[in-house]
Amino acid sequence: MRLSYPTSIKIVKLPCTGKIDVLYLLKAFQSGADGVYVAGCMEGDCHYLTGNLRAKKRVEYTQKILDEVGVGGERLAMYNMSAAQGARFVEVAQEMTEKIKELGPSPIKKQKSEISKQESEVKGQKTEVV
Amino acid sequence: MVIGEGKPIKEILAMIEDRSKILLAGCRGCVTVCCAGGEKEVGILSSAISLARQNQGKALEIKEVTLERQCDPEYLEEIRSIVDDYEAILSIACGAGVQFLAETYRTTPIYPGINTNFIGVTQEQGVWTERCQSCGDCKLHLTGGICPITRCAKSLLNGPCGGSSTGKCEVDPETDCGWQMIYDRFKELGCLEQLEVIIPITDWTTSRDGGPRKIVREDLKL
Amino acid sequence: MTSDSHLEKMLEQGEFAVTSECGPPRGADAEVIKKKGALLKGTVDAINVTDNQTSVVRMSSFSSCVLLTQIGLEATLQMVTRDRNRIAIQSDILGAAALGINNILCLSGDHQKFGDHSTAKNVYDIDSIHLIQTVKHMRDEGKFLGGEELKGIPKLFIGAAANPFADPFESRVVRLAKKVAAGVQFIQTQCIFNLERFAQWMEQVRDRGLHEKVHILGGVTPMKSVGMANYMKNMVPGMDVPDALIARIKGVEKDKRAEEGVKIAVETIQQLKEMEGVHGVHIMAIEWEEMVPRIAEEAGLLPRPQIA
Repeated sequence: MRLSYPTSIKIVKLPCTGKIDVLYLLKAFQSGADGVYVAGCMEGDCHYLTGNLRAKKRVEYTQKILDEVGVGGERLAMYNMSAAQGARFVEVAQEMTEKIKELGPSPIKKQKSEISKQESEVKGQKTEVV
Repeated sequence: MVIGEGKPIKEILAMIEDRSKILLAGCRGCVTVCCAGGEKEVGILSSAISLARQNQGKALEIKEVTLERQCDPEYLEEIRSIVDDYEAILSIACGAGVQFLAETYRTTPIYPGINTNFIGVTQEQGVWTERCQSCGDCKLHLTGGICPITRCAKSLLNGPCGGSSTGKCEVDPETDCGWQMIYDRFKELGCLEQLEVIIPITDWTTSRDGGPRKIVREDLKL
Repeated sequence: MTSDSHLEKMLEQGEFAVTSECGPPRGADAEVIKKKGALLKGTVDAINVTDNQTSVVRMSSFSSCVLLTQIGLEATLQMVTRDRNRIAIQSDILGAAALGINNILCLSGDHQKFGDHSTAKNVYDIDSIHLIQTVKHMRDEGKFLGGEELKGIPKLFIGAAANPFADPFESRVVRLAKKVAAGVQFIQTQCIFNLERFAQWMEQVRDRGLHEKVHILGGVTPMKSVGMANYMKNMVPGMDVPDALIARIKGVEKDKRAEEGVKIAVETIQQLKEMEGVHGVHIMAIEWEEMVPRIAEEAGLLPRPQIA
């Protein structure tokens, strides 16, 4: 459709959102994502029948973990759309981008600079920062 | 199998607050089947703790390892060479595993990352329910295969009590009345007259009440 | 006669017995129990004192029964197996008998989830049927459960509860039969609002000949209000309150509803008097003990007969 969507979005393709694992979502935040959203097919239209419904539950589970660790469950969202809805895809992309802009960078990022300081203070020991 | 559930992350974070290097140990036994402490859960917990600690600005190194079981000494030996590199072990095996680790690695603090809840079964995917209280004197042949000690909230041996209502226990409308189930089973088996038999007073010495238990098989000892 | 119980004497004499109950205070004030007991003097043949009912901590049934006995009333000790193991139970049985308590009601007890200490450990070492067996064993064999002989027989008249309104319905009379086999001598039923269902149960009881082996006292509770009726219908397990009854109370003006409740209670007692196998009534006027003398009067139960 040749519509443009924000460049800050990195797409990870899966055959079905049912393939999503709680771990993938957490790792995304660990590697520095400020926000993550899962785009699945419309409920009832899943090619594998219930993949998108399972994804929804896993997203909810992960949102709780994100709240508990102080990252914030609002940085993770699930949207449903059909493959034909190009305009909706763009709309969602913009909506999510706006939301994350408002929330600011992921809270773990400003702490990362603190950790670098700590790292340089520890002499002679090899510390792997996760 | 033994069923457990992950502790709240806040509780775990408090345990490892002053640590900067830990070993996170899962188990491929029961806790894998009930999705509380297997390899997958090790990954998720590790990720969650890391995010939390990054947020607090306190570095933490986590070594992830999943043992075959934590209740057999041979498998615990597998980490002997690396244990001293870490300040503590956070184990998400059941209480038995956590304790066995503590007995094996006496100078390393061991923390429990899950709560061990009960001996039970997978009712359906994602749902686990209690079946056995390990009383040590199984009476299932007297009650149609349904345990009155576990499935009756009052452990009545001659139930049901007066609080049984439409098949549910007075304690929780979602909990089935153990004695309703026994009654129904007797009906299915065509032996309703068994309900008339008074099951005698329990000897609790074989259960936890008698003190910590031990089984020895001389024929199996080396 | 297996005990010195006044209640036992009345029942053996063939009288239609009347019992009632007192709820002990949530504190150490002995006067509360004494006052409640005094209200019932001359009205009933024995007074039950509940045992941490619905797992809410109150002054113990044991101590309350002692207080009642001290002011010349016949007390019935209610004992639940929820809070005590067999050691404490046998110990209390001896103590109760020593202090002149003549009757004991053997119960399993409401689960602690209902009360104000739901985090407590529950005991349930033995169930209500085992408790009946225990009292009988101590009284008739003169032995402890462990087998040793005891010195000083506790002579207690053994009672238990029955609930014709809990599920499964068909098992209720079986449970009664088990209690009879265990040695129970009198039964107090859960409060009766559904007379039809109660009559059905009594028929099953008679079919098994149990009415000749145990004295059944029907439970009666006067409804104070529509709120109370609804509460009992929806919030109390094992209670059967027919919609028709609630409608009847609703049908009168608000200030006349308590009266209607009393009327219904009296009618229930009159119907119970006519039922074969029902040997008495157990009036549970929850937090309304002062109504009991009036209900007994209007139901034609007073004055209480003398012991022959």
